[in-house]
Amino acid sequence: MTDTSSSGTQPEASVSTGTKSTDKQTADAAVAAEARRRATRRGIIWLFTGVAVIWLFAIGVDTSISSTFDLSTTTDLTLTVPSAATVWVLGGVIVALGVLQIVRPLGASGYLSVLVVILAVMAFLTWAGRDQAFSLVGMLQSTVTRATPLALGALAGVLCERSGVVNIAIEGMMLFSAFLAAFAASASGSLWVGMAVGVFGGAALAWGHAGLSVTYKVDQIISGTAINFFATGITAYLAASVLTSNPQLNRSGTFDNWSLPLLGDIPFIGEFLFDNNIYVYTMYVLLPLVTWMLFRSRWGLRVRSVGEHPRAADTVGINVLRTRYHSVILGGMAAGLAGSFLPLGSVGSFQEDMTAGRGFIALAVMIFGRWNPVGALGAALLFGFAESLNSKLAILGTPIPSEFLLMAPYVVTLFVVAGFGGRARPPAADGQPYETN
Amino acid sequence: MTVDDTSDGRAPDPGEHPDAGGTTQQESPTPPFWRRAFDSLKVPVLAVFSALVVGALLIMFTDEDVLYAWARFFNDPLRALERSATTVWEAYSALLDGAVGSPAAISESLLRATPLILAGLAVAFAFKAALFNIGANGQMIMGAMFAAWAGFSLDIPGPLVILASLVVGTLAGAVWGGIAGVLKATTGAHEVITTIMLNFIAGFLLAYALTTDAFLPSGTGNPVSKPILDQARLPRFISGERVDLGIFLALGAVLLIWWVLERSTFGFQVKAVGLNPHAARYAGMKVATITALTMAIAGGLAGLGGATIPIGPTGTLTAGIIGFLGFDAIAVALLGKSNPFGVLAAGLLFGALNAGAVTMQAETQIPVDIVIVIQALIILFVAAPALVRAIYRVRTGDAESPLFTSSWGSG
Repeated sequence: MTDTSSSGTQPEASVSTGTKSTDKQTADAAVAAEARRRATRRGIIWLFTGVAVIWLFAIGVDTSISSTFDLSTTTDLTLTVPSAATVWVLGGVIVALGVLQIVRPLGASGYLSVLVVILAVMAFLTWAGRDQAFSLVGMLQSTVTRATPLALGALAGVLCERSGVVNIAIEGMMLFSAFLAAFAASASGSLWVGMAVGVFGGAALAWGHAGLSVTYKVDQIISGTAINFFATGITAYLAASVLTSNPQLNRSGTFDNWSLPLLGDIPFIGEFLFDNNIYVYTMYVLLPLVTWMLFRSRWGLRVRSVGEHPRAADTVGINVLRTRYHSVILGGMAAGLAGSFLPLGSVGSFQEDMTAGRGFIALAVMIFGRWNPVGALGAALLFGFAESLNSKLAILGTPIPSEFLLMAPYVVTLFVVAGFGGRARPPAADGQPYETN
Repeated sequence: MTVDDTSDGRAPDPGEHPDAGGTTQQESPTPPFWRRAFDSLKVPVLAVFSALVVGALLIMFTDEDVLYAWARFFNDPLRALERSATTVWEAYSALLDGAVGSPAAISESLLRATPLILAGLAVAFAFKAALFNIGANGQMIMGAMFAAWAGFSLDIPGPLVILASLVVGTLAGAVWGGIAGVLKATTGAHEVITTIMLNFIAGFLLAYALTTDAFLPSGTGNPVSKPILDQARLPRFISGERVDLGIFLALGAVLLIWWVLERSTFGFQVKAVGLNPHAARYAGMKVATITALTMAIAGGLAGLGGATIPIGPTGTLTAGIIGFLGFDAIAVALLGKSNPFGVLAAGLLFGALNAGAVTMQAETQIPVDIVIVIQALIILFVAAPALVRAIYRVRTGDAESPLFTSSWGSG
């Protein structure tokens, strides 16, 4: 019941009946066959993607037309490529990968899937930007900025869930801390105070989540739902009753962008990676740090053991409940940071329901990234890219309705959760309250 | 082997009240009906009461007059207390007045309760199979969208077009819920994630539909659909009041779902899958099919709830027609403890709260959002009976079974 999260029905059945070694061999064979089928299915998807790319973005495009990408906002560094030929090459590579995958499964197909997505997106951009100039650097910078709250929110999820506490309250924690951050920054006049108070707000709600789900053993998903409700209600109520009559309490302003010395001077790459605000740099630091802590430190080993097998952890003397409290509250701080980004890093004030589902996307990003901070960063970048792509395409004037572009990340998540579902394995004890003896 | 196994056969939380642990063990064989009813009502009633108390505190301490009076507490302590009491009294009496104070208020409460009851059933039914349907909102959106489309484009006689609207809306919701169910059954994709995604997708689909000629009256850019034809509107049955036949649909659905859960084989299977999917599979039940069907039925109920709105009170389809009703439905299902009649009572309560909040805002300028806070607190207290026990020092009886969903880690 605990180990086969979502890998379909067969492995589960074989686990529950499998006691003898012969059963185990057939089970292994079944798993291998399943892996093989999955690999072939993935190859077929790639093949179709490649064909679709060529069919949609290359056929019918005049060969004399070219696409121009701006690579810098300050200098006139540009890249000009022939549109149709470029799409043919990109689509061709995808088709080739698909055929190879079907014939003989390639290793590291997870990374190759990402590559396929990137290639397809490049082809799409080439098509969308045909016969005009397109600011690639602007779009990549907005990708990084938009990915930041998602990656930090996903980090909150990773920290909670690695210790075995499901956290669907990231949305509520972000919203609550966005409110507090905007309020505190406006009242105190210091953005740093706002950030600190936002982090504290996330931690406070996380403490409530831990109290409910760890101490009172409330179903963690229900506890998370209650927290989301509470955050929505309390922020909307306070915004309507306090902020509207005192608008001076809702003028936080935002952190300025700060170009890193040396790194920020690199053409193209420096412009979108190292000319950002403090939140982006915090993300650069926190993601590797938490990854190292979770997977290389004694603390991380304890957290993960509590999330995988709390009884065993308890037996060797780890305090399960306390470890869960700590992880959940740390996660809440990350969610608080993510939430405070919205007023202080991007908008400049609090607006009702300003998270607009970002906490839920962060949750999807966490699953997409397989409960791993680095994976989450990749997924967050994908979502950030989709968002910024949407705003840029409105300018380019493609025939696709904007609603469908806005919908795209959610559809992709749906497919990913369904498709990778069998392989993305959550911590074994995720979601289960622990009874101490 | 899970941690749950070790806790079998013990009182829900032995650490809480060492003395109470002994008394709960010596249960009488079958307590009389009134005793069980009383016990099972304790937590919801105390939960609602606690939520209202916290709401009162919130109302007090965001009111400038009250804060001012408290700042001068040592000069005039009675005044501070009097201002606080007056503010809360005014707010809650306006709330009560707007909820049940007049025939018009009751009509409005029933009108608002209708979709909440139906969507609450959608969440509650899925809970019975240990599925957490966060997707009621999206299912309601799909229901409202398709029902509205039928309501303004099918030019057929009255009763038929109403029936067609309701059926189309239900089916649209069922498909939306069914997608999550099928994905869960075939790939194991967790329904919480898929239904959240489907909520967003439904919202964007509605926004898109409201840009197309099929939905908009010609020549307008406003995202408001063509008006629903008069013969397609749900009939009102009290002259002068807005309440319509939708409330009877909701009542019918409550009875139907009760019957399905308590009297039919399928309902038994749903509950069996919810309690222990492995045992259900061992007993020969098709767990995957039951999971998919449960979500489809849940989606259908929410879709029906959504359908009653455009062809009932609003008469048009707008982008914000559902708002957060699907999330309120989660609170309704939790407060109703997933029991169809409980859902009915909780839906009526929340309908009344929502209707009353509008009057309260009009009369006292207290934002309607206070109701969301109250609802959040109700969920919280209902979900944590141990918390209620700890606060009020009461026993809540052995009937108290904590509500569990299937988290990521399990089947």
